Amino acid sequence: MKEEIIVSGRMNPFVDPHLNIWHWQIPLYLFLGGLAAGILFFAALYFLNGKEKEYPAAVRLAPFITPFLLAIGLVALFIDLRHKMYFWQLYTNIKLQSPMSWGAWTLMVITPVSFIWCALHIRDLFPSWNWKFNRIKDLELFFSRNKKTIAWIMLIYSVILGIYTGILLSAFNARPLWNTSILGPLFLTSGLSAGAATILILSKSAVEKKLFARIDLILIGIELFLIIHMFMGFLASTQVQIDAANLFLGGPYTMSFWIFVVIMGMVLPAVLEIMELRKFHIPSFLPALLVLFGSVMLRFIFVYAGQVSRWLY
Amino acid sequence: MRYAMAVDTKKCVGCSDCVVACQTENNVPIGYCREWVTEVTDGTYPQLEMEIRSERCNHCENAPCVRCCPTGASHIAEGGIVLVTRNKCIGCGACIASCPYDARYPHPDGYVDKCTFCEHRIKNGQKPACAAVCPTKCIYFGDLDDPNSDVSVVLKKRKVKTLIPEAGTNPQLYFLI
Repeated sequence: MKEEIIVSGRMNPFVDPHLNIWHWQIPLYLFLGGLAAGILFFAALYFLNGKEKEYPAAVRLAPFITPFLLAIGLVALFIDLRHKMYFWQLYTNIKLQSPMSWGAWTLMVITPVSFIWCALHIRDLFPSWNWKFNRIKDLELFFSRNKKTIAWIMLIYSVILGIYTGILLSAFNARPLWNTSILGPLFLTSGLSAGAATILILSKSAVEKKLFARIDLILIGIELFLIIHMFMGFLASTQVQIDAANLFLGGPYTMSFWIFVVIMGMVLPAVLEIMELRKFHIPSFLPALLVLFGSVMLRFIFVYAGQVSRWLY
Repeated sequence: MRYAMAVDTKKCVGCSDCVVACQTENNVPIGYCREWVTEVTDGTYPQLEMEIRSERCNHCENAPCVRCCPTGASHIAEGGIVLVTRNKCIGCGACIASCPYDARYPHPDGYVDKCTFCEHRIKNGQKPACAAVCPTKCIYFGDLDDPNSDVSVVLKKRKVKTLIPEAGTNPQLYFLI
């Protein structure tokens, strides 16, 4: 049998025997960022459509958790940095070719916007809220007058945030598993689906629940389509990408990917949501929690499996 | 100016003198290396062939690490040398993940570290430590734009390969085969 044995003298921590540089912080952040993007997208979309009254959980309630999601995500990113005291360098440079630079600047826009959106709706949660200082009251007036503009910024930047969480990985040609442009749309769809699921959990209106169950179903369909497409692309590509796909098709990540992400995170919630729409009695938080679980697992498995896939040895 | 390096796989005996010289010259932390020796054995027993390579950063012309760096800490310096500016590096690890040769590592002090072609030595007209110390003189270094440099001469004479050119990085570390 023709064989090739490679012995390398390199044993750098976090790099060998296979790359192990990114841990829980990155997938957690990718999930929280995607989820925040999903929630803010629907909030802006239905506000701009004038459906604020019909879908209160989407437009008013759910966005209240996004500042927390983004803040925790940012803390996770900060923990991931190894040269922490230089983090500000992210904001003294704009590198158009670096997805991470794009991400840092996108967060710089969408995090304050999410805070503003919550401030504008704070009286929904605390009816007697008073901003106390006139300056802040003026500011609130200014923002509420320009709410439409804010909603447009939120809509556009939430899409950028959602898609960037995937592009961050797909830009690395050194890791064949990540190096597919499907990852951008896949992570965006997964983020939107997680956002819809969160709205489903928070909503108290039957009309709204029905709408978001339907949206979630469509998004799960798109996700499954993208995943099939991704594997078709991998298997029709070069050897390194075939090897990358095989991590999920018989390799060490097969069980976790197909069981946690595809079956528990997509197929099962889709079936439950169809049953719910067909008037079976199913607690609506159940499929939603499964979607969120699948969304978390998708990112964790991709970040870890991607670091195993390689070109050389 | 375009610095490049060529390693003669027929002359390299895999003694790792280059590895130790690099670690000493550049004060590389213990347990880490900027360059390493790889031994590849292939064929069907008993017809086996062995190739020994002294490997390091390929100082790619189309360097993915420079492209993905969010702060510009990773940059291409004069002569095409890929360097990291320590006090601009945030230690995010993007460049480490982006390198198909896995030539970078996180320094225990936080920043990302890698082969510099011994930039501090070549400024003074010296060879990089690995090339200077090699007992079989199998590491050639020089300027590709100068037709009489060691590396230009040997690249003209010999059959040459680079590692995974299909990764699209246009590596500047050559292997004489």
